[in-house]
Amino acid sequence: MSDALTLGTDFLEASVRFATPLALASLGECVSERAGVINIGLEGAIICGALGATVAAGAVGVGFGFAAGALAGVAIAALFALFTVWMRADQIITGTAITLLAAGLTGTLYRSTFGVSGVALSTPTIGATAVPGLSAIPLLGASLFEQPVVTYLVYALGPLITWWMFRTHAGLGLRAVGERPQAAIAAGVSPRLTQTFAVLFAGAMAGLAGATLVLAQAGTFVEEMSSGRGFIAIAIVVLGRWHPMGVLAASLLFGAAQSLDTVFQSMGWREVPYQLFLAIPYLMTLLVLAFASARARAPAALGQRELTEK
Amino acid sequence: MIRVVVQTLVLLAVALVTLVLLLLATGHAPGPALSAMASGAFGSSYALLSATPVRAIPLALAGLAVAIAFRAGILNVGAEGQLLVGATAAACVAALAMASPGLPALLVIVAMLAAGTLAGGLWAGIAAWLRARFGVLEVISTIMLNLIAHELVGYLVRGPLQEPTRTNPQSSTLVEALHLPVLVEGSRLHAGLLLAIGLAVLAWWWLRNTASGFRLRAVGGNASAAASAGRVNVPRVVAGAFLTSGALAGVAGAVQYSGVTFAMYENFSPGYGYKAIAVALLARLNPLGVLVAALLFGALEAGANAMERDAGVPNVVVSVVEAALILLVVAADRWRARTGNSTRE
Repeated sequence: MSDALTLGTDFLEASVRFATPLALASLGECVSERAGVINIGLEGAIICGALGATVAAGAVGVGFGFAAGALAGVAIAALFALFTVWMRADQIITGTAITLLAAGLTGTLYRSTFGVSGVALSTPTIGATAVPGLSAIPLLGASLFEQPVVTYLVYALGPLITWWMFRTHAGLGLRAVGERPQAAIAAGVSPRLTQTFAVLFAGAMAGLAGATLVLAQAGTFVEEMSSGRGFIAIAIVVLGRWHPMGVLAASLLFGAAQSLDTVFQSMGWREVPYQLFLAIPYLMTLLVLAFASARARAPAALGQRELTEK
Repeated sequence: MIRVVVQTLVLLAVALVTLVLLLLATGHAPGPALSAMASGAFGSSYALLSATPVRAIPLALAGLAVAIAFRAGILNVGAEGQLLVGATAAACVAALAMASPGLPALLVIVAMLAAGTLAGGLWAGIAAWLRARFGVLEVISTIMLNLIAHELVGYLVRGPLQEPTRTNPQSSTLVEALHLPVLVEGSRLHAGLLLAIGLAVLAWWWLRNTASGFRLRAVGGNASAAASAGRVNVPRVVAGAFLTSGALAGVAGAVQYSGVTFAMYENFSPGYGYKAIAVALLARLNPLGVLVAALLFGALEAGANAMERDAGVPNVVVSVVEAALILLVVAADRWRARTGNSTRE
């Protein structure tokens, strides 16, 4: 019985831990898509954030690491915004290029600075901070409220973005831009400025996600450590039906999928090839998209190149 | 035509400047690095006959895959996964053939290429079906299939496909009789080159001169207009183009396996499927242009490896150049569209 409880706590704890970077990235993507911009360059922003965080945390400190991660994400997102929002280039092609660019850039910088040999570079990390009182709750306490501080940021941002998106003028403007840009223009909202803001915000969030991977989890930088999270984030937004709270729930589901191997290993199922566990989030993304795409309704102007109808 | 060539040269020059800036920023002397790059790409008969063209072959075949899909308006970014399963299928056929010796070599080679074609097509077929049946964005589904294919290869080369001694995570080495024929004695240039050229010419002719090629371009240009005005069966054209695209990427993998690596392992592809997107875009989705762009990228890749070996510059730097090229092509197109000079080629 106590074994099952420990297993349950461990599983939930791991789910929340794995869900945190996914939730950060997909909350950003949610805002961006609500403004009509689908950014598959998110993957690139995550890896840039991870490297930025590694460098700054080693040089200055963990707190600066998170700031630098967000900043690196904003920088690469600014390039994406220049092409898609200001030059109205194809969002998917630009996003692909940004991801390739980020992989090359981080790889070059990392190998030039720290050497090809991959001397195990270790960065300071932030440990878990228990929330007084709440962390004492059985099962849920230890898993939900003994996490790194960034996880609590996610808890706060979900409701906060929901409120902003659905209860403020600026949020209404953002959604208008994503649904009917012409209507937004008529109402005096600038689609370009709104989309730029949304893309930069998503970049910052993806950068934070990268910083989380390094500073709250791995404690080191590895090339390609984003391993598809930026793409999974886009599926999470579809599953969460473009609603911040839905996105949080969907992130937790994907976090749980990533933690399945902890359960199976403690149950002694070592026969199952580990590649299957690595593939589970990807398989799940396909399944989720199959179920959610037909029913979900994306913002009407999502991916649309021109702001005005011809 | 001349304008496109001039424009491409300008884009290349800008990409090269980007490279120099990046070299300076990361503390590498540009002079020795660039000369190492040039000699690695063109500086010897080995570079000219083996290093550069051999790298261009998978890029050309996968580049054709991307070009066909993009022409039909399908954003297939899954060439990487389709190439991997294509190579895996060829390796499976090879394993069976090597277990029962005495089969005619030509038959086995054809079977390997056919298996690669089929597997690539089927792998793309998953994404095509998800798009047709559920409206799943193919960008995401094909990327997921890339990642799944990578894990699948990782499992197979440590499991059923692993070489008999079970020491290395790779398949058994293909016996020499089953290699693709070498075209020039003493080089590594294999018959895959002829296949790439043949398929590129075929694709170019097909898109230009046949009714189904025209339908594909019409769907890619404006699907709803093609459906209403031309009474084109859009889902059918899309499915056909998607499968063809996957088949081309699959054969790229089979060719790479039977012509270059002779074994299957985890890092079989250094991102050929992603670089193929840059190749196709640089070629403006023209199949013949793909051949030229692939040769250029083959030179870049060969040069980057020489640069790493001789000048200590990480070879991933080439991804930056490739990404810069995609962005430059996109920017040039937008600029032309804005200045009103937007005659479509």
